[in-house]
Amino acid sequence: MLEIEIDGKAAQVPDGSSIMDAAELLGAYIPHFCYHKKLSIAANCRMCLVQVEKAPKPLPACATPVTNGMKVFTHSDLAVKAQKGVMEFLLINHPLDCPICDQGGECQLQDLSVGYGGSVSRYREEKRVVIHKDVSPLISMKEMARCIHCTRCVRFGQEIAGIMELGMINRNVHSEITSFVGKTVDSELSGNMIDLCPVGALTSKPFRYSARSWELQRRRSVSPHDSLGSNLVVQTKHDRVMRVLPFENEEINECWLSDKDRFSYEGLNSPARLLKPMVRVDGTLREVDWNTALDYVSHGLKDITGKDGGDALGILASPHATLEELYLLHKLARSLGCGNIDFRLRRRDFSADGKTAGIPWLGMKLAEVSDLDAALIVGGFPRKEQPLLAQRLRQAAKRAARFSFLTAGGDDQLIATHARLNVSPADLPKALAGIVKAAASLKKAAIPAGLETQEYCANSERIAQSLIDGEKTALFLGNMAEQHPQAALLHALAQELANITGARLGFFGEAANSVGAWLARAIPSGHNAYAMLEAPRKAYLLFNAEPEFDCHNPRLATAALKQAALTVAITSFKGGAAMEYADALLPLAAFTETSGTFVNTEGRAQSFNGVATPPGEARPGWKILRVLGNLLGISGFSQNSSEEVRHEIFTSGPFVSGLDNRIKDIALNLAAPSPVQGQLQRIADVPIHFADPLVRRAPALQLTRDASAPAARIHPETLEKLGIANASKVRVRETDGNGEALFVARADATVPAGCARIAAAHPASAGLGDMFAAIRVEGVR
Amino acid sequence: MAILGAINPMLTAGLNNDDAGWHLADYEKRGGYLMLREILQEKRPQEQVINEIKKSVLRGRGGAGFPTGLKWSFMPRSFPGDKYVVCNSDEGEPGTFKDRDILRYNPHSVIEGMTIAAYAMGANRGYNYIHGEIWEIYQRFEEALDEARRAGLIGQNILGSDFCFELFAHHGYGAYVCGEETGLLESIEGKKGQPRFKPPFPASFGLYGKPTTINNTETFAAVPFILKVGADAYLEAGKPNNGGTKLFSVSGHVNRPGNYEVPLGTPFSTLLEMCGGVRGGRKLKAVIPGGSSAPVLPGEIMMDTTMDYDSIAKAGSMLGSGAVIVMDETTCMVRSLERLSWFYHEESCGQCTPCREGTAWLYKIIHRIEHGAGRAEDLDLLESITGNIMGRTVCALGDAAAMPVQSFVKHFRDEFAYHIEHKKCLVPLEVQRAGSGFFTASE
Repeated sequence: MLEIEIDGKAAQVPDGSSIMDAAELLGAYIPHFCYHKKLSIAANCRMCLVQVEKAPKPLPACATPVTNGMKVFTHSDLAVKAQKGVMEFLLINHPLDCPICDQGGECQLQDLSVGYGGSVSRYREEKRVVIHKDVSPLISMKEMARCIHCTRCVRFGQEIAGIMELGMINRNVHSEITSFVGKTVDSELSGNMIDLCPVGALTSKPFRYSARSWELQRRRSVSPHDSLGSNLVVQTKHDRVMRVLPFENEEINECWLSDKDRFSYEGLNSPARLLKPMVRVDGTLREVDWNTALDYVSHGLKDITGKDGGDALGILASPHATLEELYLLHKLARSLGCGNIDFRLRRRDFSADGKTAGIPWLGMKLAEVSDLDAALIVGGFPRKEQPLLAQRLRQAAKRAARFSFLTAGGDDQLIATHARLNVSPADLPKALAGIVKAAASLKKAAIPAGLETQEYCANSERIAQSLIDGEKTALFLGNMAEQHPQAALLHALAQELANITGARLGFFGEAANSVGAWLARAIPSGHNAYAMLEAPRKAYLLFNAEPEFDCHNPRLATAALKQAALTVAITSFKGGAAMEYADALLPLAAFTETSGTFVNTEGRAQSFNGVATPPGEARPGWKILRVLGNLLGISGFSQNSSEEVRHEIFTSGPFVSGLDNRIKDIALNLAAPSPVQGQLQRIADVPIHFADPLVRRAPALQLTRDASAPAARIHPETLEKLGIANASKVRVRETDGNGEALFVARADATVPAGCARIAAAHPASAGLGDMFAAIRVEGVR
Repeated sequence: MAILGAINPMLTAGLNNDDAGWHLADYEKRGGYLMLREILQEKRPQEQVINEIKKSVLRGRGGAGFPTGLKWSFMPRSFPGDKYVVCNSDEGEPGTFKDRDILRYNPHSVIEGMTIAAYAMGANRGYNYIHGEIWEIYQRFEEALDEARRAGLIGQNILGSDFCFELFAHHGYGAYVCGEETGLLESIEGKKGQPRFKPPFPASFGLYGKPTTINNTETFAAVPFILKVGADAYLEAGKPNNGGTKLFSVSGHVNRPGNYEVPLGTPFSTLLEMCGGVRGGRKLKAVIPGGSSAPVLPGEIMMDTTMDYDSIAKAGSMLGSGAVIVMDETTCMVRSLERLSWFYHEESCGQCTPCREGTAWLYKIIHRIEHGAGRAEDLDLLESITGNIMGRTVCALGDAAAMPVQSFVKHFRDEFAYHIEHKKCLVPLEVQRAGSGFFTASE
């Protein structure tokens, strides 16, 4: 520890602290622009110059290490003179267009200029003009003359997002921040640069010029998208959500947000919002009042379940729905004698049901991910599926943590990688078994039954070794491992590996409330999400789900819904396939318009309040279900608030109980059908901006590169064998179904040979079936 | 340019401005690589080499004048892994052209000096960063490296010993700021040449994050000679605390501009004489004694000064890189400063605020004064701006830009005031033209 005195206040700080760190500890404010606690030190703005005893010159607080007995003066004449000098320099070429600047009112430069700027400028020369750039549908770079060259955005790209997409070109006063020539900013974390920008140079394209910061009301909320449950500040004006910013929570999202969390709010204000209940009368959907609609739905449900039993009903709920909604759905289903309720819409293999010890979860706290020494990630694309969890892995990898990937599809996760195995989905279990075997051999442990003849490669051994060597190690199953046709086998193999190496087993988790949905028991006692579509039901109740995009097999889903006598969709949106298959649409309040709870992948329950009134006649889901329960004459539907509902599930928080990733009684049977000549295996990822109904309707996000239409991405050699030219049109046909769709073929060396990567959850692929089906790809003339 | 004169030369002894004598054989004939051979044969303790350099009071020839032996002793002895020795031949300081001639006529002296330095500091890798405008010289250095490599003087197991030192040449693209040692390191690493903030210093976190020592070309070139003649003799060649000889690049209004090697402590008047005196026998007006970043001094002060670190500092300037810019009475000081300020404005890397914004502002004001749009408050403003730049920047470029402005205004305030008041120069244009040498009397 080192002794330091700042402005007369003494403190002890750890070795290696900077003056800035010490000041933060002491609560002394030192003005700064380029310094940011999460970024490397640049020391380029020079605003934090302070006086240090015995130093002849003022020193930058951010870059000056504390020495024992140091005395610092942040407000001495020398310090203030230096700070004012820097402020003058910062302002001479700044346009001073605060009245028309989007940052006005929340601008660091504006704020600090009040304290350190002159009232009249001594600068009477021409100001610098900087040409505007267009690099992203999310970030506006129209007023780059405002830039003060702090390079926070540049460092964010290099260090946090893991990809440098902005840099500073030119020298001297002609320095400017720009993208690489002809390139755009495509990072899934790019929006954070807007927050980081201390001036109005990088502004939010969707938000700019729509409100002044002081007109906005700020309310806390929780993101409904990925499994982290990032904390939000939702800002509203006249009951309309205008902007979403991160609420800092070091244990979850730190001070960041993914672009999906940040910009999906646009979907809330979409013209496609369902504002009034609709009911199909004589074949056409008509707007009706709530009473009529509820009457229609309750009678329909009562009739069918009364006549054909509860088993005639299937309930498909979104894992993006709140805990309270899912719980009432579960209650509704059980009371109607219906066991067909499920939220695991993209799952294919349910053979683990009844064999797991508890609710699948991350296996650790999110913050613990940052301390891992080694981990193996099996399946999935964490950078696009859990962007901020991937960010934690990225930072941990920087301090020498060894992360390995076993994937189908070798997307660059921008995480320093120890070893990578990129195999076809069908080979995933075998490859994982190889690592299990390697680990068992290295540890001289018993070879698990079924793996006696399993072979493994040098890379498997490296991965196994890293898990054995590390002290804090983990084995994560990504989304693909859960959606995989042999998910239970992967789970069981992962458990074997975890047991042998001592690594902790965890699931990244698919959605904001995947854990919560288990807790709410929105799980089947009858048919699961796939089976209730495979064996069509008479009636379906859809909750915040669009099966044509959200289910493992959209073709099967659409067909099942179309044949049903009654399909009720409780949804926030109208349009699309629902207008054909739904017989009743009940307008659902979105996450900002209802109170509720999400339980994230670390088992943390986060409750939130509504921050805006639902548009039109949309109503919070728990209220709709409550009334529906009353109309159906079911008991236990008398709650007056979402808290009351939550208290029926659990009362103490924030961490829920019942989390357990153990699995038993799964035979390690690795026999797989050999690939048929001429067939390819599909690899289906869920693109980041198509994963749920809300984000699918966020216009700016839909313009990003991540939202570009899916292609059939095939390994160049496989493409050549098929005799198909890169960028040509192809027809993709399923071998055991009649699904087909047209795509552009793209040569992509990251796709394993013999596979075609075709994204799910998109209209272009909605005509296809299973996510990992065998397919044929043929050229189209 | 060429090496045009010398008093008791060391670095340039035996050289006669031809492009034939630079080869390994010629250097060896002049006694080259003897010291390296001796050190390796004797397995001389590293400490002993460093102490010898310390004793010689060799001071960094790049401009800062930091004692070389002391700098070498900062390198961590027991660091595992790579350590680097880097030679700074990014000779960008306006007025300086000595390193170019060393590399052109005597490249092996630099190679030997770097190799001995590497031996003394336990470094195993070296780079010579040569600036981009002297491509032929870069090529020559590569050839010299080839010769040395073939002769086993650099590379693995040098001269059969267990000392290994891989030395490479690297050429820049002409950014002045890459002459700043950490900007230079960034540039070698393939990044934009922007100085790093210090601490950490290169000795602990240098090239690729490894301990690194950076010295100027002339500094390395002097090392073999110091070891040959002995520290005491070298020190005595100069004057106390200012050991040895120094190459001065004399330019401007002298009859024979070029490089001159003279002992430190030689009177400026002697140096001026060696250059054939002021051109056209005109009166000496001002001298920048150490490259454009050093404060300008009026001629009469310079005539009473000797050329060494301490004397020039006492006179109010810096010996710097030894670039002596001589200006006679036909020089317009406003116009000279305008050009200098343009240089610093142009070469500021743009990283830190005071330098990026301040250098441009300075230039704009001086440009205005030169072009008859000066304002009465401008001189005070210039002083205030330079005060806000100096000591507030990441690297020394900010100071380098401010010092000429401060000194020009201080010593020639009348001329600036005249410019502002009368919107023209105190030195009539025809006199300036005549002095420039580019115009004939009839023009």
